[in-house]
Amino acid sequence: MHPAPSVIVFTALSGLGFGLLAFLGVNIPDVTGMTAFIFFFIAYALAVGGLVASTFHLGNPQRALKAFTQWRSSWLSREGVFAVVSLCVMGIYAACLIFLDLRLPVVGIIGSILSLISVYCTSMIYGQLKTVPRWSQPLTPFLFLAYALTGGALLSGQVYLAAGLMVLLMILQYAHWTIGDTRLAAAGGTIEAATGLGHLGKVRLLESPHSGTNYLLREMAFEVGRKHAVKLRVIALLLLGILPCALLVLTTPGHLSALVAIILHMAGVFAARWLFFAEAEHVQALYYDRHRAA
Amino acid sequence: MTTLPQSTHKKLGLAIDLDICVGCHACVINCKEWNTSNYGAPLSDQDAYGAEPVGTFLNRIHTFEVKAADKPAQTVHFPKSCLHCDDAPCVTVCPTGASYKRVDDGIVLVNESDCIGCGLCAWACPYGARELDAAEGVMKKCTLCVDRIYNENLPEIDREPACVRTCPANARHFGDYADPDSNVSRMAAERGAVPLFPEQGTNPVNRYLPPRPKADIQTDGDIDILAPFLDTSGASNSASGPSSTTAKGLLGWLDKALEAI
Repeated sequence: MHPAPSVIVFTALSGLGFGLLAFLGVNIPDVTGMTAFIFFFIAYALAVGGLVASTFHLGNPQRALKAFTQWRSSWLSREGVFAVVSLCVMGIYAACLIFLDLRLPVVGIIGSILSLISVYCTSMIYGQLKTVPRWSQPLTPFLFLAYALTGGALLSGQVYLAAGLMVLLMILQYAHWTIGDTRLAAAGGTIEAATGLGHLGKVRLLESPHSGTNYLLREMAFEVGRKHAVKLRVIALLLLGILPCALLVLTTPGHLSALVAIILHMAGVFAARWLFFAEAEHVQALYYDRHRAA
Repeated sequence: MTTLPQSTHKKLGLAIDLDICVGCHACVINCKEWNTSNYGAPLSDQDAYGAEPVGTFLNRIHTFEVKAADKPAQTVHFPKSCLHCDDAPCVTVCPTGASYKRVDDGIVLVNESDCIGCGLCAWACPYGARELDAAEGVMKKCTLCVDRIYNENLPEIDREPACVRTCPANARHFGDYADPDSNVSRMAAERGAVPLFPEQGTNPVNRYLPPRPKADIQTDGDIDILAPFLDTSGASNSASGPSSTTAKGLLGWLDKALEAI
């Protein structure tokens, strides 16, 4: 799949933002007043920034409000609804905490749960797609939630919790890659199955429907970077887990080490999310004889 | 509403005969002509007369070669357009309700004034039947020529989809699959047509009539005297269309940098 920057920024930043909100809602860290304002500002900047980025790839963003209507069937619509509701609930919690020094624990807990549900809905936009076997594996929602919680723990300054979650995240990410590599074959993803001509023999594309490229190939037959997948996976694991984990555990906790760890982790999140899209094989590209097993 | 109807009164769709299609692309052109000038936004082209033309089409013809171990290769021309699935995944993923399946005749349509152009329905379709128009930013797909089939301003003979009407080989047929006695239902039953890519669970309405068995041609050695001189080792990838494995700009730099590690 085409790794569009807007979608990578959307899923990565909003995941981190809602992850931080999930921690703030259960009073981690225990802050009020100006300090609370800074934490909530970061969380909202990430979550809202991500959501705004997601509108950049729309063909007609001026109609984006219509996307809140189909929550009964569409995960994309649900994601929008839950994101707005959780931002509103957390807004009430944050305002009371910052301006009135008043803690509303029930509102905070509800806000935390709603934030995590938003992340779950984001993951299901991809996890629901049978056409992209690498995404439609059961681990996809767990992976997105693990990214959100790890980022949230890191941003809320929970040094050892963040380190532990990073280890868990790396295991999940590795498993998602490994299982993902087998998914296309498991889904019967061959040109013979797609064309229904397998009973006649081996099938290959003799002539493409068009001599140039088109929307289908640009959007759903992305192959750049596949050959570097292993290197990129190692780089992603180093950045999102191994390096920040080592930094947090081996140095005395402070603002500088935390900042460096966050920057490293976010770079890793972007690398891994780029791979999430770039490596994903869409079955419609089988009709173009792509995704042939090496 | 993007929930799917429990059932539809009619199941209008196409029967596409893979045995007869000659791959002339006339249906592609007539589809484009009719649909760019009638219902909805036009099917735009970009750089139409330049070096890298691209455009929106609702119907495309792939040409495959099928080869059994002990038989000569067989060419199969494969027209591909929306299959108007009963369990259309493109409909349920739509966040705005723009994508819908009609209860009356089962046609899957896009209400363009509600479409935000997010592209998720194209991602959900296993057949590559939906294309986002680059000029209008809305999703385009086969309408089964909904503005022809009920159009009383047209002579009755023209009240069928443009691709069916134009096919010079009579490889495309239009009818109601809900009626077991319709032309398409009978054809599908006689020829043992199966749904396309059933692994995807879409329950398509359109049916493909498989190529009929070919008579065996006996060959003594190579038919083509040039065959021994041709390098066919990389043949399987040569027809895959334009390559997308090389990148320019930032990606190209990343590509080289990663190569160097």
